[in-house]
Amino acid sequence: MGLFDLFKKKNSGDVAKDRLKLLLVSDRANCSPDVMELIKNDIINVISKYMVIDAEGLDIQITQTESDSNNGSVPALFANIPIKDMKNRGSK
Amino acid sequence: MSEVIVVTSGKGGVGKTTTSANVGTGLAMLNKKVVLIDTDIGLRNLDVVMGLENRIVYNLVDVVEGNCRIKQALIKDKRYPNLYLLPSAQTRDKTSVSPEQMKKLTDELREEFDYIILDCPAGIEQGFKNARAGADRALVVTTPEVSAIRDADRIIGLLEANEIRKTDLIVNRIRMDMVRKGDMMSLDDVVDILSINLIGAVPDDENIVISTNNGEPLVGSDALAGKAYMNICRRILGEEIPLLDLSGKSGFWAKLAGIFKKN
Repeated sequence: MGLFDLFKKKNSGDVAKDRLKLLLVSDRANCSPDVMELIKNDIINVISKYMVIDAEGLDIQITQTESDSNNGSVPALFANIPIKDMKNRGSK
Repeated sequence: MSEVIVVTSGKGGVGKTTTSANVGTGLAMLNKKVVLIDTDIGLRNLDVVMGLENRIVYNLVDVVEGNCRIKQALIKDKRYPNLYLLPSAQTRDKTSVSPEQMKKLTDELREEFDYIILDCPAGIEQGFKNARAGADRALVVTTPEVSAIRDADRIIGLLEANEIRKTDLIVNRIRMDMVRKGDMMSLDDVVDILSINLIGAVPDDENIVISTNNGEPLVGSDALAGKAYMNICRRILGEEIPLLDLSGKSGFWAKLAGIFKKN
């Protein structure tokens, strides 16, 4: 909170909008374990079309990451997918 | 083809019951056969907003439990012969009805009615799950306040997860004088945040309080909120109607209508 904040008073409507935008990003990111499992299975299916992956070793989670645009941290989906081999190498 | 519409919000007190009453009545005025169902078991209110509280004999739980036939529990509206109310039970709780029973009930009503409007209780528990069970589409009611919008966002997510085909937003109690001063989020702000289709905006209008006092929905009257509700009804029927100009005149017109009503 700097000295200048005292002079440029923001409209409360804009304050509300900014607060809500940040709040809803984190609200929406709180997936249930069921949804996370569904996402995980879908990722396995998609990646498996192109690569042989270690499905057992696959790990996905939602964490916070720094954002340039949102002046703060935003949720991000991190996936750690061990690759065993490529499929159809050199065919395309 | 009949349509089952759930009116929901998450947060309490944003105008679900008022919206249900006005949308139901408006659709009936547009010559549709409509039944309003109050699904808030234990806290029934739609009957009193509709002015039909003295006519209740049987209720929703009686129908579900087979104590009476559906037709015996339906209350015919005072003014519109093609409008009916199925009241909620006052002395039971939310667990008296299951989502499967609600779906069965709405499916039976589809044969008789064009529109089945479900007034959903606040919250995301059993009552909400019951109300959304048989619904084809949803009207999510919010006000331009942080708490209501946050809850609306949660509800929209839950409706999506339940594969409701169509979800539209109603922004209720907007005050254009405050929006102009920057002290209230605008319609654009709310739609931007929730990113769903806006089907109508209803101004904060004291005529709503007056009409609720009298037990007569405002829809169809010359009051700005009455016009806004009628436009929402027309949009539900698929008509393309531009958003009502709520700017500035809301206070003036509301007052003017109020003066004429008194005389």
